[in-house]
Amino acid sequence: MSANANAPLLDVRDVSKAFGTVEVLRAVSLEVKRGEVVSVIGPSGSGKTTLLRCVNFLESYDSGSIRIDGKEVGYREAGARQRRSERDLAAMRAETGMVFQSFNLFPHLTAAGNIMLGLRKVRGKSEAEARKIAEHWLGRVGLAHKADSLPAELSGGQQQRVGIARAVAMEPKILLLDEITSALDPELVGEVLEVVRSLAEDGMTMLMVTHEMAFARDASSRIVFMADGSVSAAGPPAEILGTEIDNERLRNFLARFRASHF
Amino acid sequence: MGYALNFNLIWRHFDKLWGGLLLSLELAVISIAIGIVIGLVLAVWYVSAGRVVRTVIAAYVEFIRNVPLILLVYLVFYGLPTVVDIAYSAQTSFIATLSLYSGAYLVEVFRSGLEAVPSGQIDAGKAIGLTPWQRLVHVRLPTMLRITLPALSNTFLSLFKDTSVASVISVPELTYGAQWINFNTFRIVEVYLVVTAMYLVTGYVLLFALRLVERRFRAAR
Amino acid sequence: MLGQILYALPFLAQGFALTLWVSLLVVVLSLIAGVLMGVGLIYGPAPLRWAVRIFSDTIRGIPILVLIFFVYYGLPAVGVHLQSFWAAVLALTLFKTAQVVEYLRGAVASIPKGQSEAAMAIGLTFRQRLAYVIFPQAFRRFLPPWINGVTDAVKGSALVSLLGITDLMQAINQVIGRTYEAMPLYILGALVYFAVNYALSLASRRLERRFSFIRE
Repeated sequence: MSANANAPLLDVRDVSKAFGTVEVLRAVSLEVKRGEVVSVIGPSGSGKTTLLRCVNFLESYDSGSIRIDGKEVGYREAGARQRRSERDLAAMRAETGMVFQSFNLFPHLTAAGNIMLGLRKVRGKSEAEARKIAEHWLGRVGLAHKADSLPAELSGGQQQRVGIARAVAMEPKILLLDEITSALDPELVGEVLEVVRSLAEDGMTMLMVTHEMAFARDASSRIVFMADGSVSAAGPPAEILGTEIDNERLRNFLARFRASHF
Repeated sequence: MGYALNFNLIWRHFDKLWGGLLLSLELAVISIAIGIVIGLVLAVWYVSAGRVVRTVIAAYVEFIRNVPLILLVYLVFYGLPTVVDIAYSAQTSFIATLSLYSGAYLVEVFRSGLEAVPSGQIDAGKAIGLTPWQRLVHVRLPTMLRITLPALSNTFLSLFKDTSVASVISVPELTYGAQWINFNTFRIVEVYLVVTAMYLVTGYVLLFALRLVERRFRAAR
Repeated sequence: MLGQILYALPFLAQGFALTLWVSLLVVVLSLIAGVLMGVGLIYGPAPLRWAVRIFSDTIRGIPILVLIFFVYYGLPAVGVHLQSFWAAVLALTLFKTAQVVEYLRGAVASIPKGQSEAAMAIGLTFRQRLAYVIFPQAFRRFLPPWINGVTDAVKGSALVSLLGITDLMQAINQVIGRTYEAMPLYILGALVYFAVNYALSLASRRLERRFSFIRE
């Protein structure tokens, strides 16, 4: 535990980023406390995925700061903004888990092998130990019997559950979920969300970008609405997804969303 | 080292190289033109034919692709006239060889191109009442040519380089010109530097021109 | 006629052995050089990337025959004396190296970006990502075209006959010079080259199927 248990685990402050002349993030700030589940919603192009990718430095950011457990993510603390060394970055990234929209399982490794790679090479665990942990987490996501299957032999929903197991097996401080059900057939969405829900119940801290409004409402402690690269509204689900909304952009977004989904 | 570059003798005999380059291009253009005809006919025949014809065409393709070009050149120029009563110049013989050679590669290109034509297009052709022949000429071939244009360009470029093998039967193309200057002036490094540059520049000019043509065709779609 | 050819068979076999020896040397040397240069092209600093790009584009832009003559006649002119055998091996190796560089570049480029990102996300360092995620996958995409490309080394080796090296091509020409049986000997030679190269291309196709990430 860090010195100050009340300090936010993830602290994003005034982060801005531009791709060329396009500003994708404009002074975004948000906090995630230990054990919280925060959902980021918003229209495509609002910068939500970019924000998530900045948190584990898959993207660099131009200004502002992102701290996890008090430690700046991509840049050295002292002096000018100097990118961390490759080794440092790797060590930082090991503290955050990420689940991708397109699964990104390693096709040449089995389900267990996917989970064991980080445990062995980053955490330095023995083969047997890593295997045990992999089997434990495969059991948690309901795939104990698929440990030795290759990704190509699994359904999309099963692949994504392995993706989640791969991320949480590293015991990250925070789990980042990037539209993890968007690439799935509708009938496979439920099994994946069920896994996320049970992780939330266990107290896993999570930041997720999602289009599943019902799930965001049920599972999140807070919802952040992003539009045009900045946080437009944030608050408890009942407030953000309720009927009484002043924020016009949010109202339009939800109206359009409901029109296309119901 | 102590080798002083001196290009004077190269420039004095530059006509050998320039004439050689033009002949190389001529050989490549004529050969690919004949090769395209061979490739098209055999590819169309292949996709509609029975087992025996397919096997024969496949044998031709695989044979040509797996034998060194220089051996094919010798075989046609020195070998064939000993068993068949024909006589031809080295140049004609080489064009015949390179045509058969490019034809084999192009059968493959066109065959996979024909198979890549979306079946919806063929159905649409049927739906408006086109005969099989009309469907081939007006629907399948134009679409297939557009699909295969990049591969066609690449085949032409590598054919242009392959014309250098004609030098082994004394066809005075660019590589032959280089050897002539090599043996007669001994400005060896210079001549190969110049010839390398000539192949490269010509290749890139051709590549650029062909990409322009491809873009025009893509835009017209 | 048949007797004359039979009589020449041991001589032809020697030529064939030399063809295989040249091809093998070229394939092995170019694999080493090509992989080193390929890694330089993909991950190296800008000057190295440029150097490899220029090397590869130049070599692939000129006929192999010009490359062979350039090396064979050009090296002695600048004071480097190699036996004709090694000059031939050097020239063919340069040609194949450029090919290997391109196969490798293509194989690595075909690995989706998400693979690198997923590897980063679990905290693997650059070298670990290459060793455990990128190269194992790139290897499977590299191998089939590379094996198929060995046929180019075998076919290209026939050009060394022009340097007076008694490979299969040269042996055939010499036997024809004595027997005047041009057609049967050229066909025999073609069949031998065909057998070797066709076997290689079949192996390549089979590997390609085996290396898709689906177990049968």
